[in-house]
Amino acid sequence: MGETVGSAALGRWLRAFADAVSENADELTALDSAIGDADHGANMRRGMNAVVAKLDAAPDVAPAALLKTVGMTLVSTVGGASGPLYGTLFLRMGTSAGDRAELDAQAFAAALRAGLNGVVARGKAVLGDKTMVDALTPAVDALDAALTDGAGLSDALHAAATAADRGSDATIPLVARKGRASYLGARSAGHRDPGATSTALLVNTAAASLG
Amino acid sequence: MKKLINDTADVVTEALRGVELAHPQLRVDHQNKIVFRGDAPVRGKVGLISGGGSGHEPLHGGFVGPGMLDAACAGEVFTSPVPDQMLAATQGVDGGAGVLHIVKNYTGDVMNFEMAAELAAAEGVEVEAVVTDDDVAVQDSLYTAGRRGVGVTVLLEKIVGAAADEGRDLKAVAEVARKVDANGRSMGMALTSCTVPAAGKPTFDLPDDQMEIGIGIHGEPGRRRVPLAPAREVAEMLVEPILKDLDFTGGDGVLAFVNGMGATPLLELYLMYGEVAAILRKAGVRVVRSLVGPYITSLDMAGCSVTLLKMDDELVHLWDAPVNTPGLRWGA
Repeated sequence: MGETVGSAALGRWLRAFADAVSENADELTALDSAIGDADHGANMRRGMNAVVAKLDAAPDVAPAALLKTVGMTLVSTVGGASGPLYGTLFLRMGTSAGDRAELDAQAFAAALRAGLNGVVARGKAVLGDKTMVDALTPAVDALDAALTDGAGLSDALHAAATAADRGSDATIPLVARKGRASYLGARSAGHRDPGATSTALLVNTAAASLG
Repeated sequence: MKKLINDTADVVTEALRGVELAHPQLRVDHQNKIVFRGDAPVRGKVGLISGGGSGHEPLHGGFVGPGMLDAACAGEVFTSPVPDQMLAATQGVDGGAGVLHIVKNYTGDVMNFEMAAELAAAEGVEVEAVVTDDDVAVQDSLYTAGRRGVGVTVLLEKIVGAAADEGRDLKAVAEVARKVDANGRSMGMALTSCTVPAAGKPTFDLPDDQMEIGIGIHGEPGRRRVPLAPAREVAEMLVEPILKDLDFTGGDGVLAFVNGMGATPLLELYLMYGEVAAILRKAGVRVVRSLVGPYITSLDMAGCSVTLLKMDDELVHLWDAPVNTPGLRWGA
């Protein structure tokens, strides 16, 4: 634990996310049954298991290389929309990390912002479309705002986690405008978005394992 | 859940093993989950690949062979394949004339095929993509991911396969594909949900006395739920929105396609075809070709979809050309 994030910390975060995905796989799939195609939990679990296997095989790499491996592994193993979207998130984080051995709070926030921009570019969703962007955008905004206010990385990540949870909650009344849930029209309202839910897990595990 | 499976994690892998054993004229890349025609790549011919989540059989793997696809990528059940698979398929069917990607309009499929096309271009393979989006149940495509690719995909793969067999170049083949998509419309309905093996239970609850109108092919619920009705009224509910969306009267007639969703017997599909044909006759729509059967399915869902495709001399000629695949075969 510290004010910077290196490969060991990223590894802790990703393993914690893999555990959270695994524990919540049935819930994610149940949410996806209501408004999608009932595979989000199974797909994310398969992808994160593959990520953990890659972490086990190559533990000592720089943050950029680690994040790129995570991204490529997710693109190659998850499928659906979540594969390219989560994959792009980590690929862009890797690019943003550059050649740093450790990311300070600002660099980590910048990487997460780059990841968010990648997700938006790949999926073309905007805030309020009832997607993972609805959890990730407020989380990244809260992280930036807390750091600007002088908070440490840990406190800022906890603020981000709270914002991600609120963003995920806020998808419940929304009518989906992107992804498979959009085919339901008004009937997608009243259900939490599975992608926003898994993204909230990602930010919560970051708060628990980084900073 | 009652299914003829061993382990839910192995369903796609083990089915592909069966495909290879049952159809020695096909070659299966088990690592990448790709079905190739045995003689791919065909020199000088535009390569045609498609792919998508499994669970829609015979689409797409059952449409690999002379006169149709050169390769098909199988994803997990209802999950798009990944770019690595599509890249391997693209390279495996490139006979020097470029490769056409046939993509159903689903967020995941489109994104994965886009990433694959970028990778293929970087490897020096010329790629064009055509996206099918024929489902009229999706009404306002401005506020959704757009219309879904459903029944027209089957017709498109056959027709475009014939165009590629004639030696047309990539641009011309892609043009035929876009013409087919622009002139086709579909609408589907479900009597029951389907059960995704990994989920173990039906995707949605549908009481015995109700049916779902406007479903897609992934067990996603439709636009509205209505009381069960006689086949005659169901046919109206499917055909009417199609005819409202595009003028099918006049011209050179239509191809009428009644598709089974997986668990509906041919007896009922032919009964439905009779109802659909009667409605079309009354509406002044002339049917010049037809297709009836389970060709783009949704696992074990009961129900059907109707697809109409506006034909012209070129499309009729390409439709009638020989085809030799596990799922469609004539003239060969």
